[in-house]
Amino acid sequence: MTDAAMTSTAMQSQATASRRDFGLKKRHRDEALFRFYGIAAITIGVAFLAILLFSIVSKGYTAFVQTSITVPVEFSAELIDKDNERATNPRVLVSANYPVLARNAVAKALGVDLADRAAMREIQAFVSDGSRSILREIVTADPNVIGTTRPVTLLAAADLDSANKGQIDLRVAEQNRKVSDQQLRWLEQLKQQGAISTPFNWGLLSFGASSRPETAGLGVALIGSAYMMLIVLVLALPIGVAASIYLEEFAKKNPFTDFIEVNINNLAAVPSIVFGLLGLAVFINFFGMPRSAPLVGGLVLTLMTLPTIIIATRAALRSVPPSIRSAALGIGASRTQMVFDHVLPLATPGILTGTIIGLARALGETAPLLLIGMVAFVANYPSTPLEPATALPVQIFMWTNEAERAFVERTSGAVMVLLVFLALMNILAIVLRRRFERRW
Amino acid sequence: MSVGWVVAIILGIGAVAYFFAAQRARAQADGVNRASATEIPHSLPAYHGWLAFILATIPALLFLLVWSIASGVLLESRVTAEVATHIPDPASASLSSGIVHNVTEVLIRLDLVSPDKLPATYAELRERASAAGMVLADSGEDYMLPLAARTASDGDLYRLIGQGLALIFALAGASFAHSRIKLRLRARNQVERVVLWGLIGASSIAILTTVGIVLSMLGETIHFFSEVNPINFFFGTVWDPRFAAAGSGGSEGQFGLIPLLAGTLYIALVSMLFAVPVGLMAAIYMGEYASRRVRSVVKPLLELLAGIPTIVYGIFAVVTLGPFFRDLSMALTGGNFAFIQSQSVFTAGIVMGVMLIPVVSSLSDDVITAVPGAMRDGSLALGATRSETIRRVILPAALPGIVGALLLTASRAIGETMIVVLAAGVAARLTINPFEAMTTITVKIVNQLTGDLEFNSPQTLVAFALGLTLFVLTLGMNIYALYIVRKYREQYE
Repeated sequence: MTDAAMTSTAMQSQATASRRDFGLKKRHRDEALFRFYGIAAITIGVAFLAILLFSIVSKGYTAFVQTSITVPVEFSAELIDKDNERATNPRVLVSANYPVLARNAVAKALGVDLADRAAMREIQAFVSDGSRSILREIVTADPNVIGTTRPVTLLAAADLDSANKGQIDLRVAEQNRKVSDQQLRWLEQLKQQGAISTPFNWGLLSFGASSRPETAGLGVALIGSAYMMLIVLVLALPIGVAASIYLEEFAKKNPFTDFIEVNINNLAAVPSIVFGLLGLAVFINFFGMPRSAPLVGGLVLTLMTLPTIIIATRAALRSVPPSIRSAALGIGASRTQMVFDHVLPLATPGILTGTIIGLARALGETAPLLLIGMVAFVANYPSTPLEPATALPVQIFMWTNEAERAFVERTSGAVMVLLVFLALMNILAIVLRRRFERRW
Repeated sequence: MSVGWVVAIILGIGAVAYFFAAQRARAQADGVNRASATEIPHSLPAYHGWLAFILATIPALLFLLVWSIASGVLLESRVTAEVATHIPDPASASLSSGIVHNVTEVLIRLDLVSPDKLPATYAELRERASAAGMVLADSGEDYMLPLAARTASDGDLYRLIGQGLALIFALAGASFAHSRIKLRLRARNQVERVVLWGLIGASSIAILTTVGIVLSMLGETIHFFSEVNPINFFFGTVWDPRFAAAGSGGSEGQFGLIPLLAGTLYIALVSMLFAVPVGLMAAIYMGEYASRRVRSVVKPLLELLAGIPTIVYGIFAVVTLGPFFRDLSMALTGGNFAFIQSQSVFTAGIVMGVMLIPVVSSLSDDVITAVPGAMRDGSLALGATRSETIRRVILPAALPGIVGALLLTASRAIGETMIVVLAAGVAARLTINPFEAMTTITVKIVNQLTGDLEFNSPQTLVAFALGLTLFVLTLGMNIYALYIVRKYREQYE
């Protein structure tokens, strides 16, 4: 009886306990698990951001220095102007065989016999072919250097540059390597002479397109992108602001305004490549504008950026309190005066922020530009937006298709340049917002 | 005179008109004795100035535009008529008209328009053009030279007449505006009406863009379907466009959409499978659990992912993630077989998924915060844990909005180009193995249209058919998604 009573009490208490905790342990475990999923999700996102940035920077930072060789170059009259006819025929100075000068200079610094053809061939691979223009400029600027010897800093060829940066895998058998053991020994020898230096690679930012990595740069792409950003700014900002003012301040609710709204919302979500097709069909084929021109690229990006700017501007206009409008109308301003003299100035910081963010998106856009022929090999700076150019992201895309090691480094370096520009624009937008935005 | 100069002069006339009109209005207003006058000025002097500027410039510029289009059409029709008397066949006649057009351009460039300088034969002109670095077709004939010369000199004459008339219009407009200035002239209202029309015009550009997209792609697509059977396009399972030289027999090529569509949807699916759980959980954690400080750090970090251009993601896939997955699969199988190719559906999907995380999380964040706080508080008050509240109350309530957000995200995934161009490969095949390469609609659009191509071959036109398919696909998803989201918002407002 007692036993039974005890058991029943025990059972009762057990039953009560289980009724009261409602599976609390499991529920709290679920809660912790759910929380963990959330943290894991955020960690995954942030980790990918970190990996992405790290992989770009770790591969790309070496692109910002370029191995250079400083050697005394003998501007031998025999090689440049054998028949001494530069006074009558200045073309001699332009067409002279300058790479030989550079090669001989390096050979002399290394103490290699100029007659040793095999060795000379390997030395030829030391100096970039871009040294041709460096030496030519020195000579054409001052023909008096002919016959003298003076130290000149020459660009090292891409493979030697990679070797100097330690990017060549020395475990690979010599015949499968881009750089031979002999060349590596010479490199070491030049280093000991203090002839090798690694200055900041300004060429990456200033050269045009080139098939040789050491003379390939982003110059044309930066100018092309600058033209396009200018066109987008000049066209998209006024048109976008005008459209937003109409929709936000003047338009009555009718089918026409609804139709405009639907169109803007949809254009904001249309894939960017479709804008490229539009540009190709309308601007290039129908209006006969030139291919590869920043003008066409700018127009296409304008149409693409317009919805972004309109949406941001409308938000900025909406955030201006109605009391400002009422006050302006109340003291006798017309609707137009109210908008342009009172609402618009107050909305300006918001509009500019939205515009800069739209521009940043346009700067990184690649796909539509591929279709309107911005994938071009352009070596000369375009002087007007009608001349062929490339754009920063398109140049990056073109470099990804190059196989050489030095181009991989340059691709990542160019991505860093692009990201720096984007970061600057976004910081500007944030500063504008923090500094000028008013809260009512 | 170049067009740029004429426009500049017209704008200059406008500026001068502004100045004089404003001055005159000011003088009139100053002459009024406000205490006794029956009439006081209606508009500020600046409005009179703007009205004069508008009257001086806008009609003149519009006239210039219309005139140049009309004179171009007139010259074109005269050339066509003249060519038709030499060549009856319309197809080759239009080709010859094109040659005449080029000849005209060369004549103007080389300054050979006047009759005494005009070369005697087409061959001679062609030689001189090529010496100057210009290329002319070899099928031109001698009768084209005088015709082209006449076209060029008439074009010059018309342009001169048009520019003169435009300048006269500008001056007339300016003096008309100047003469109209009175105290009670409603200059402000008139200026404001013009401004309003300008605003309406700016907003219609959105409509024009859509119309332009649809018309241009529709036109080329119809052209494409006149050469390739639509059934073979929509239901074909083989993509083999064959870049054969024009004219060589049997260069038909096969344009099957199915492998591209399958690749597009497969990659989008993989990316959504990655992005949706991650993005959604990140949004939930930041909205419901994270402290203000954590949120203020993590949220901008995730938004950074959205600001990175897609080309950068593509390079990340090619340079880092693709080789990593390949090596990983190699290590998993013991080092001799990489079952994950470095360009694969999997790689492209994951990288695109990373790009979509911030899209999913910010869209679902909007949706979740739109759920009324009363529902959350009610559930918590009944004793539910936070996760139970989220799973049983908030998510079901937000479900329509989340579905809309996911549709918008999926349409981004389908239209994404640069990531798949670099990471997915170009091989158009049907496979269910996610570790192999597949290709997408966008990749093929880029492939068909980069490089030098003749424009009227089906090989290039197919890109427009693909583009239209893509446009219709994403447009449908967007409209439906926006509809769902809007309905959902209204439900809780």
